[in-house]
Amino acid sequence: MEIRGLDRLICEHPFFAGMSLDYCDLIGGCARNVRFDTGRYLFREGEPANEFFLIRHGRVALELTAPERGSIRFLTLNAGEIAGVSWLVPPYRWLYDAQALELTRAVSIDGACLRQKAEENHDFGYEMMKRFMTMLVQRLHAAQLQILDVYGARA
Amino acid sequence: MARVPEAASVPIVARVRARRRETHDTWTLSIEAGEFAFEPGQFNMLYAFGIGEIPVSLSGDPGAPGPLIHTVRAVGSASQAITRLRPGDPIGLRGPFGTAWPVDESTGSDVLVIGGGLGLAPLRPAIYRLLAERDRYGQIAVLYGTRSPADILYRREIERWRRRLDTAVEVTVDHADAGWHGHVGVVTRLIDRAAFDPDHAVALVCGPEIMMRFAANTLQAAAIAPERIYVAMERNMKCAIGQCGHCQFGPTLVCRDGAVMRYDRVRPLLTVREL
Repeated sequence: MEIRGLDRLICEHPFFAGMSLDYCDLIGGCARNVRFDTGRYLFREGEPANEFFLIRHGRVALELTAPERGSIRFLTLNAGEIAGVSWLVPPYRWLYDAQALELTRAVSIDGACLRQKAEENHDFGYEMMKRFMTMLVQRLHAAQLQILDVYGARA
Repeated sequence: MARVPEAASVPIVARVRARRRETHDTWTLSIEAGEFAFEPGQFNMLYAFGIGEIPVSLSGDPGAPGPLIHTVRAVGSASQAITRLRPGDPIGLRGPFGTAWPVDESTGSDVLVIGGGLGLAPLRPAIYRLLAERDRYGQIAVLYGTRSPADILYRREIERWRRRLDTAVEVTVDHADAGWHGHVGVVTRLIDRAAFDPDHAVALVCGPEIMMRFAANTLQAAAIAPERIYVAMERNMKCAIGQCGHCQFGPTLVCRDGAVMRYDRVRPLLTVREL
């Protein structure tokens, strides 16, 4: 069986498609493999946001809890997607929960480590920001569509 | 001016045969109307006597004999009256009207069927025909998004389609509680997960207009040409025969030139306010 390094797993993840091997190696220095059994939380609202996750296998639900409504699921993430953006901006705290809906394997990237590398190498930092910005804009547009509640009945 | 055939302008009296609740505000009626042929995507004008007439898509199997199937959401006085009809009650019916989904023209192509909310109803006849002639097409993906798990239309039928090994069927909801184990997020996210060759794919899209615009943008980002994207427009249709002008949409009349239209032809009109 071929044993692949974290830098290879990172480079093969769709989020980092086309990334140079040098940068994948740089990210790999901040990475570790993780797994979450069904029902386990990748992170919980209010906790420090020290990392983000490249989902390699499985499915993750993003949820908020509200009084009298319980958990409200507003997005599910699949293999090939990213869980966690709160590590990008202060105060670096999670704003919602992320729960594994099935066995989930991911690569965890240490946020502080990556921010430090981005500060030291702005070309690398810019490349990272472009990728996160694309994802964030896509999720913003999707959230706008959700907020509009377009499926509601209009008399 | 050309004479309008009486059959198109005068309703026949049909009878409701059965009525089934789909969601909290949506019902499916089976209507006995005698021999009746239609193409996927066409609509009828349904008349609640003494109250009003509304356009409603045909949502049954165009290849199956039997009653006509219409799924109606109770939102206005006419639709509320229609959804209250009981088996045996009379209902006025004119049709079928409008253009069809390009199902036969898509032979050899991958087909993406993308529905939002009640927009699955006008697509269902196309799905029936695609699945009945499955060998004529490449990949087929049915992607359906709606507000919540309680708002899923034709749930049992979707479950049946999902069991097929030759067709991808994905459902997503905008929000859910912890009891829902399916996808959560907008329907456009499902497009990225579908398998298709953009150069040989056709997309049939029906739902609220904003959802169709978002879907068309995502399809184009996935390299599907706008002339291979079809949308079903909804406007205030009254006569259904291109005479009254209520459904005018730029240079087109939706009842006559639609409801199914090619996206490249309607795209310039979709962002015109007050149109």
